[in-house]
Amino acid sequence: MTVDNADDSSRDERAGTSSGPTLPILNQPSSRRTALKAAGAALGLAAFGKAVSPLWSIPENVSVDEFLQQHYKELTDDEKRRVFERLEAETQRQYGKDVTISDPPPIPGVRFGYAINLSKCNGNGACMEACNQENNHHRGVDQSYIRVLEMTKGSMDMEHGTTSYDHSVPQEDKFYMPVQCQQCENPPCVTACPVEATWREDDGIVVVDYNWCIGCRYCEAACPYHARRFNWEPPEIPADEVNPDQGYLSNRIRPQGTMEKCHFCLHRTREGRLPACLEACPTGARLFGDLNDPDSDINWVLQNKRVFVLKEELGTQPNFFYFFD
Amino acid sequence: MPSMTAQKQTSLASPDAIRSYPRFLWWGLGEATNGGLGFYVWMFVLTAISLVGANAWAHQVAEGMIVTNMTDHVSWGLYIANFTFCVGLAAGGVMMVIPAYLYDDEEMHKVVIIGEAVAIAAIVMSTLSVVVDLGRPDRFWHLIPLIGRVNWPVSMLTWDVIVLNGYLLINLHIVGYLLYMRYLGRKPNPKWYVPFVFLSIIWAISIHTVTAFLYCGLGGRPFWNTALLAPRFLASAFVSGPAFIILVMRILRLTTGYAAPPGPARTLIQIIRVAMTINLVMLASEIFTLFYTGGAHGASAQYLYFGSHGHYGLVPWIWTATAFNLVGTALFFMPAALERGSIRIAACLLCIAGIWIEKGMGLIIPGFIPSTLHEIVEYSPSLVEWKVTAGIWAFGFLLLTVLLKLIATVFTGDYEAGPIRGPSSGQ
Repeated sequence: MTVDNADDSSRDERAGTSSGPTLPILNQPSSRRTALKAAGAALGLAAFGKAVSPLWSIPENVSVDEFLQQHYKELTDDEKRRVFERLEAETQRQYGKDVTISDPPPIPGVRFGYAINLSKCNGNGACMEACNQENNHHRGVDQSYIRVLEMTKGSMDMEHGTTSYDHSVPQEDKFYMPVQCQQCENPPCVTACPVEATWREDDGIVVVDYNWCIGCRYCEAACPYHARRFNWEPPEIPADEVNPDQGYLSNRIRPQGTMEKCHFCLHRTREGRLPACLEACPTGARLFGDLNDPDSDINWVLQNKRVFVLKEELGTQPNFFYFFD
Repeated sequence: MPSMTAQKQTSLASPDAIRSYPRFLWWGLGEATNGGLGFYVWMFVLTAISLVGANAWAHQVAEGMIVTNMTDHVSWGLYIANFTFCVGLAAGGVMMVIPAYLYDDEEMHKVVIIGEAVAIAAIVMSTLSVVVDLGRPDRFWHLIPLIGRVNWPVSMLTWDVIVLNGYLLINLHIVGYLLYMRYLGRKPNPKWYVPFVFLSIIWAISIHTVTAFLYCGLGGRPFWNTALLAPRFLASAFVSGPAFIILVMRILRLTTGYAAPPGPARTLIQIIRVAMTINLVMLASEIFTLFYTGGAHGASAQYLYFGSHGHYGLVPWIWTATAFNLVGTALFFMPAALERGSIRIAACLLCIAGIWIEKGMGLIIPGFIPSTLHEIVEYSPSLVEWKVTAGIWAFGFLLLTVLLKLIATVFTGDYEAGPIRGPSSGQ
């Protein structure tokens, strides 16, 4: 590479000022145009600052601790405790309710499974209501982790089903099929997540770290069961309706802009209780238990009933089963 | 500039990169902000639209994604649609690089840097389109390797983040290096950029393939779950990219003294003719399979082309795209398209608009309709989404204008950089 000094100097003349050596960054010629440019740049910057000023809501709503919080799996027990305390304080401040955030671990050796008796389900929707209350869902919409499809008898094709039925149940020519997270053995949502904000726990429950999720909604596109929801707006829940028994990976009030999903009520089921939707079901259609326990009711159903899973051809291997009597 | 004085400063004459690089940037800033009245009006309008977009996005961050019209049923909308198109635009620039470097097309070599500049602007637009789609942009750092926690190599989105940023860096290096050498009046050293040019060829194909894999890897979305998606993406990118570049060269000819020889545009049009034909053949094949087989695989296509259960939201979009693509292709095949003129311009505009719809609103949205539980919830973008998208385009054009301004300055006679000896000199 050769350098022609004469060329270089000619360029310096273009860029140089008339008064002695200056910092290279400052040697623009002073002229009316430069002054106008500076004024334009200042105006532009001011306009930009004004335009993005609503962003100041981020530091108002997101504390430094929250911003810097590490992934759930990288937190020590001590750090987790501090995170839970911070979240409890935030919930108190925002929702006016004292809550306890726990983090029960999976029970060693247990793998949870759920089965629904479609001969019994009559589409009354009590499960959805229970889910809404148990899991601190936004009250502005009737949100829950469960969708109940009203299906036309004679077809298992969901195209002939609807979730928006609004009449007395059960209808004579219909049957009812609740769909929630199938807690797949091979979950497409976990594969999709770019930041490992969602994963499968040892007891088969697929959970979300609501404080790590970036809200890209790729998992929502990936899920074949429409089991994932996005918090489009901050959840609004009256203080007296907030369920104070909360789990970090389950029913604590989710931050806006993050994904959520059914977690088999792990804050209950890992402590020996049943999922809220099961307790609420008046028909006895729902059955929950340990797939690893040969004597469990759910294993009896799997062995003695004609059982199927949804969209088996996709290879997702659900731990959620359907059967008819 | 007339106001520039002519005093020699020996202290600045040294080729020391540490001193000359900031001067190069400062000079670039100066050049990028010099121009006539038309230039200032253009930049002012783009800045204004960008600011409207930035403001709309800031409101979206403050109030949440509820200000968009996306729902749990249609959870990706205009942003991701636009993202897909912009990735294609970025990849399409490679259709100048291949003739220039693989086939040693001398004339193409002179203008190939325009394709690389378009790629930079398009990648920035793609990245911005993803950022504005995030529900929690404050957690963006979770996506950064080593600092965050990336799900690599399993998640296709992680791959996409990596390849898009890689492509941006490669093209920034190539364009930046060539401009800097021009600024110094030095001959660019092929060792410092030609390997990156060849890397960029493979990389360009990878960015659009990975972007297609984002969608076609999802078993739960039958409309996307087709092996034809990546080849279709590439074929349509090799139409929209070259068509966009032809328009850019035309505008450069009208606004600056930077006149490209007629050869490159003709080569690009030959490429478009082939790529668009392949694209339409693949599209026809896809449509045949969807409609002849029917069933669940055809439900989205049914909704897209003819409406379904009383919902017709995308029907006007897709038929507009179909008409634009067919008419645009027919125009490209007219002999007049090889000459400068309105036929060529119209063909480029029609195909760009047609492909923008076809792989944006016509591909992303119907993937969600009907939903995985066969519910039909329609989607049309909200005002905020339109503003943000317009802002992203305006910012992309702003960036492209600045890059092209610098390119036009150093690559035309206006710039007295001394004897230029590079193989890509054009002199």
